[in-house]
Amino acid sequence: MAKGDVARARTTRGAKSAPAPEFVQLLTPEGERVDHPTYAVDFTDEEYRGLYRDLVVVRRLDAEATALQRQGELGLWASLLGQEAAQVGSGRALRVHDMVFPTYREHGVLYCRGIDPIMPLGLFRGVDQGGWDPNQFKFSMYTIVIGAQTLHATGYAMGVAKDGKVGSPDGEAVIAYFGDGATSQGDVNEAFVWSSVFNAPIVFFCQNNQYAISEPLERQTRVPLFQRAAGFGFPGVRVDGNDVLAVYAVTRDALDNARQGQGPTLIEAYTYRMGAHTTSDDPTRYRIASEVEAWQAKDPIKRVRAFLEKQKLADSAFFDAVDEEARAQAVHLRERVLAMPDPQPLSLFDHVYAEGSPLLDEQREQFGAYLASFEGSGH
Amino acid sequence: MTETLTLGKALNLGLRRALERDDKVLIMGEDVGKLGGVFRITDGLQKDFGEERVIDTPLAESGIIGTAVGLAIRGYRPVCEIQFDGFVYPAYNQIVSQVAKMHYRSQGKVRMPIVIRIPFGGGIGAVEHHSESPEAYFAHTAGLKVVTCANAGDAYWMIQQAIASDDPIIFLEPKRRYWEKGEVDTSAESYPLHATRVVRAGTDCTVVAYGPMVRTALDAASAVEDERSLEVIDLRSLSPLDLGPVYESVRRTGRLVVVHEAPSNLGIGAEVAARVTEHCFYSLEAPVLRVTGFDTPYPAARVEEDFLPDLDRVLDGVDRTFGW
Repeated sequence: MAKGDVARARTTRGAKSAPAPEFVQLLTPEGERVDHPTYAVDFTDEEYRGLYRDLVVVRRLDAEATALQRQGELGLWASLLGQEAAQVGSGRALRVHDMVFPTYREHGVLYCRGIDPIMPLGLFRGVDQGGWDPNQFKFSMYTIVIGAQTLHATGYAMGVAKDGKVGSPDGEAVIAYFGDGATSQGDVNEAFVWSSVFNAPIVFFCQNNQYAISEPLERQTRVPLFQRAAGFGFPGVRVDGNDVLAVYAVTRDALDNARQGQGPTLIEAYTYRMGAHTTSDDPTRYRIASEVEAWQAKDPIKRVRAFLEKQKLADSAFFDAVDEEARAQAVHLRERVLAMPDPQPLSLFDHVYAEGSPLLDEQREQFGAYLASFEGSGH
Repeated sequence: MTETLTLGKALNLGLRRALERDDKVLIMGEDVGKLGGVFRITDGLQKDFGEERVIDTPLAESGIIGTAVGLAIRGYRPVCEIQFDGFVYPAYNQIVSQVAKMHYRSQGKVRMPIVIRIPFGGGIGAVEHHSESPEAYFAHTAGLKVVTCANAGDAYWMIQQAIASDDPIIFLEPKRRYWEKGEVDTSAESYPLHATRVVRAGTDCTVVAYGPMVRTALDAASAVEDERSLEVIDLRSLSPLDLGPVYESVRRTGRLVVVHEAPSNLGIGAEVAARVTEHCFYSLEAPVLRVTGFDTPYPAARVEEDFLPDLDRVLDGVDRTFGW
């Protein structure tokens, strides 16, 4: 009997992973608008063009950062290539007072918040540790330890509720980003429990890009990720992560539910990491070219361009202008990265504590004297 | 005004004062609400301050600390209770990689005014994971401060000072001393948080202790006061250490014994010994000796009295410095 159970389970798993996933889609890979019974968007022509511009600029800046790493100007880069729609769609769905808790790959969301894309590059260049004020930008610091930020987001969302900022259309909402790999982390599951029992105004936005470095989704889960929400007591929805319109609609809806006091939602944005995990990774060791090609056909930018062309919302002059704007932003970014100063040695002692420490005062003084001892000696 | 309170009640009163003073102060942990905590340290607080401020959390330590980080970013001052020392490890990443580093990573823009209260140490006949002394893990982590109280007066004031601090603080409570009574002067904050205190003056040998071992060291000093004059110093702050008074003492006595429950290897005693050797080398009549728990896991309750330093082992250490 036990043997039979195992066999059946294996069969089930194999069967489930085969068919194409069902998800919310409003724009097909061919650029056709399709209706969905629950979700819709109502963009002006200019807003449609704006989304296209965001997607192109975000991809171009990302490519520039990858190039900067290849040229030795960044120590590392985590590319968002392929995930532009998931990030722009969700990023544009945010309101001014909504708060973002990113991983280390949400450059597109950061861009949509109106933040200078140079901001996280200090981290990847190695001149700082990515330090900015989360409250100033409504965008928390990048988090490297997988899943840890989902608990921070949950706590922040509990604070929003304590401050009485939920329960109306003007309420605040919080969005926590993470990946498919993170769903195996205890912290993410604890964040689900906490946000559920405290009814926190939060959206869990999982970019399922199919790989946790080399490990495919099958190593993290035997059920579709969005279905896990049911076990925690809140809704889960899967959206075509390469469809910027659908991502926008689904995220806006979930954020509105959160801000109105209806608690958390898990969104699984079904997408694909077209590039490497980071510039240190070699995806040819664990996935085949045909799989990548299949996803190229579902490219998030191509379909918006096809839509704009079919609807005659944009002409070649527009597309050329967007390309030029993206190029100019990339050049500007590059110039400023190269001009980033290295930190001074004694700055490594700064900001360990808000209220200081005599031990660090002593070490700073001793190291300062040590450095000074070389002055004028040619070292 | 001076009151006689147990150490546990003094903590309770200190928490109450902090909740009264600043409405951003929250208490969160397992069983801290209705039950008042398994040691009753938060007794009555939820009743008086409500469920929004004294929060019974899900049973997940990483969740307690991780959500405290988010609440701190939002402007709150969470006071987290970890129920027992051995239960803090599921929260270790959140404490060491998140709480401790936020201020540094943000170049001073994010403050983490979080207090993590942990009942620590043994001597209560408990099952495993309920009697550990994890202070060295946290003292070794830049960005955290670590303090421990040894008496009711310090308990009352130090918890309030820790909550008022803008740095994250691991607040270790000597659980076997929760029921010991002491004088608490509630009218005046008498001593800085990160400062050692000479708790018994002496001339022949310095004995440094902290937390639950301060009482043991004082008892040892009393037991031999007709033969030897021991100076007992309570470290109070384990990170940063305030060793000025220890140097001053050792320069007079020439001898130092450091006492703690935690194992000796790479413990607080090792750091104290190294620094005292650097600063007092020519004053020392003997090497700095340590009287500590052994480098074993914390043992079963029926043998813990052999593991824990007691009066006799402290005096044996003192004897050995004189035999050098």
